[in-house]
Amino acid sequence: MSDISTMQPQSSMQKLSASVFKASGLLWVFLGLCVVAALLSPAFLNPANLMNVFRQVALYGIVSVGMTFVILTKGIDLSVGSILGVCAVSAALLLTGGWSPWLAVVVVLLIGAGLGAVNGIGVAVGRVPPFIMTLGMMVMARGLALTLANGQPIGLKEAAASFAWLGRGAMLGVPVPVWIFAVVAAIAIFVLRYTPFGRQIYAVGSNEEAAHLSGISVNLVNFYVYVISGFLAALTALIFVSRLTVGEPTAGTGIELEAIAITVIGGTSLFGGEGGIFGTIIGAAILAVLANIMNLVGISPFTQQIVKGAIIVGAVLYEMQRKRK
Amino acid sequence: MPLEATSMNSQTFDPTMILQMAGIAKSFPGVRALDGVSFSVRRGEVHALVGENGAGKSTLMKILSGAYQADQGVITFDGRAVAFPTPSQMIGLGIAVIYQEFAQAPHLTVAENIFLHRLPRTRFGLIDWKQAANYAKRFMDRLGFTVDPLARVDRLSVAQRQMVEIARALSRNARLIVLDEPSAVLGDNELQKLFTTIRSLQEEGVSFIYISHRLKEVFDISQTVTVLRDGKVVNSTATSEMTTDDLIRSMVGRSIGDYFPARNPRFGADVLKISNINRGKVLKEISLNLRGGEIVGICGLAGAGRSELLRAIIGADAIDRGRIELHGKALVIDKPRKAIALGIGFAPEDRKTDGLFLSQSVSFNITISRLRDVLSGFWLNLAHERKTAQDLAARLRIKTPDVDARVGNLSGGNQQKCVIAKQLHAKCDVLLVDEPTRGVDVGAKREIYDLLVDLTEHNGLAILMVSSDLPEVIGMCDRILVMCEGRITAELAKADATEEEIMKYATVH
Repeated sequence: MSDISTMQPQSSMQKLSASVFKASGLLWVFLGLCVVAALLSPAFLNPANLMNVFRQVALYGIVSVGMTFVILTKGIDLSVGSILGVCAVSAALLLTGGWSPWLAVVVVLLIGAGLGAVNGIGVAVGRVPPFIMTLGMMVMARGLALTLANGQPIGLKEAAASFAWLGRGAMLGVPVPVWIFAVVAAIAIFVLRYTPFGRQIYAVGSNEEAAHLSGISVNLVNFYVYVISGFLAALTALIFVSRLTVGEPTAGTGIELEAIAITVIGGTSLFGGEGGIFGTIIGAAILAVLANIMNLVGISPFTQQIVKGAIIVGAVLYEMQRKRK
Repeated sequence: MPLEATSMNSQTFDPTMILQMAGIAKSFPGVRALDGVSFSVRRGEVHALVGENGAGKSTLMKILSGAYQADQGVITFDGRAVAFPTPSQMIGLGIAVIYQEFAQAPHLTVAENIFLHRLPRTRFGLIDWKQAANYAKRFMDRLGFTVDPLARVDRLSVAQRQMVEIARALSRNARLIVLDEPSAVLGDNELQKLFTTIRSLQEEGVSFIYISHRLKEVFDISQTVTVLRDGKVVNSTATSEMTTDDLIRSMVGRSIGDYFPARNPRFGADVLKISNINRGKVLKEISLNLRGGEIVGICGLAGAGRSELLRAIIGADAIDRGRIELHGKALVIDKPRKAIALGIGFAPEDRKTDGLFLSQSVSFNITISRLRDVLSGFWLNLAHERKTAQDLAARLRIKTPDVDARVGNLSGGNQQKCVIAKQLHAKCDVLLVDEPTRGVDVGAKREIYDLLVDLTEHNGLAILMVSSDLPEVIGMCDRILVMCEGRITAELAKADATEEEIMKYATVH
């Protein structure tokens, strides 16, 4: 018995380190990218610039964590950008309407989760393919955001001060959004790894029929991942509004594509059941550093898009080649 | 030079042979898949090719089809040496391979599938649909199958789809057709139809290579049988000179004793009792009972409602009417989750699509059916999970490097054991198994039989087993229920069950 008990912590540590190691190929790519960045532009290592990069990683990272949950179930969520828009506008309306910041935060998070829940019901109960369901929601939610805001950005004005901490504050010299991302990512890693719900996400993504026959509530799992994705889009919206002191109805446009790219670059399979949060964190870091270098060196935003697109395809190509072996 | 060539030909070329493969060798990194295999098919014969999984059958057939290049060896087809075969060259020569998974375009019609790249044209270069339909019908008629040539292939039965494959082969003037496990997807009467077709094509001079795990078919249809083991030919003789035991011995390389384990059953009380279950036209007034420690077999042709019955019991398909009692208590089981919680386990017919999470680890697959047993508080205890999986893997003798290995990398037999391990982990006392040994090689079959018997005798499990393999049902089961068109048409005691008797009740109307 004694040798088994001494073996246990080791084996679970081994398993943990194995999954970190799997993402470590990417880690080297990321570190290499940082070295290149530092060589190309001395400004890269400037603390202010690094903080900017971190903030960028945090903002996209939070949405991408939600996207990772959805993609692990073999789904996709195209609506996160629009949900972000609705939440940004809602936050601005509530704050300028004199609501307490705390209450406004709670309500906005519920709105995001609620819109995600609509996606979840459509996918899980209505059997609408995730692509179509969330495409519909993407269009609807953007329309809702524009309607609520009357097509105009809503400035926070005097309410901005009471709401500044979330997007612009810092703790121990680290920006608050980065702390939030760290907490979100830690919880997500823990949930996927150590809870039955996490297991069930992988099971549903690997084989829905087998999951059903194994006694898993496939509908509930499919429902919850969209709720989580919507919730995290709302959280990102709050940080956006706090930073920019304005609720724009067009906020978050295109962020769904960034999040999908980050998730895929991070090694999560679009076919479901494989991947995880470690990869997504590094994926977010890679894209953020890449955008930063290109900005520092003065590459035009148009060219940046070409590079970004090529990298997404390249990441998937690499993954496919690796699998074929 | 020419002299030498003719003398060589006269030595090796036998005009009665359509195909001669001589000294074929093929290695993959770390594995010698084929080691000097010589394999010849006589004109107009059905030549069975048997061997355990990994014996080299598929590699040999891939070389024949041109998908792989042999490292060494000579292929002679119809008297001509084929130097560097490519797939299109082999098709052109008249060799067709029909795989288990059909290479069909399911949304297209029968005619389109038969003439996929060579649809007849009108003089304006457009597709001549009328002509295509005519040709297609002619080919299907020749096979003895009346099918609307303009029907979509995905609307056909599996047997009909198989015939479409054969028709396609014939439309390309195939003279040697390889059938890879054709019976895996067929019911028994469909198989008989296939045999009829094979025999009539044989008379037209078409030769067949017939690959199957089911030895009975080998004896029914083939004239010659070749056994491969570890990449070598261990036996190649007239089928009539072989017995089942000979065949198994040469396949496994040892005698595995009795094919089925000895049973020493002790029956307990009724565990599962089903009365008058109905589901649409699929299940009609089904009643049965199952005692602890008992193995009850369910036979019938494909489409008789066997798998549907199991799915209805575990709540995967809804029933219209009927009563299910477990340990004497009437229950409503409307989803698989409930069945699992109540102790009913289910090993589905298609392991890969319904039973397993192929991209996940062995331990993931085993514990997923009951994660609450590997929790500490709210959290998964990964160390405990691993230990649980290791114990079950050891007990079921699942051959895997460790429990973290991907299930998709295991052999068929070991995958099946994982499916059963998953049910055991969920603490089932009733186990429903659907085709437990389909696609499993002979040695591993015996291990699964041993396991099932062990579970009934040592754990008192009650097992309901659906199988198309009649000798398996007769060898394993204490009682046999025969189904036909959604009804149970007979209950046979082990002592009275013969294949003829079962078939009689499986085909009553």
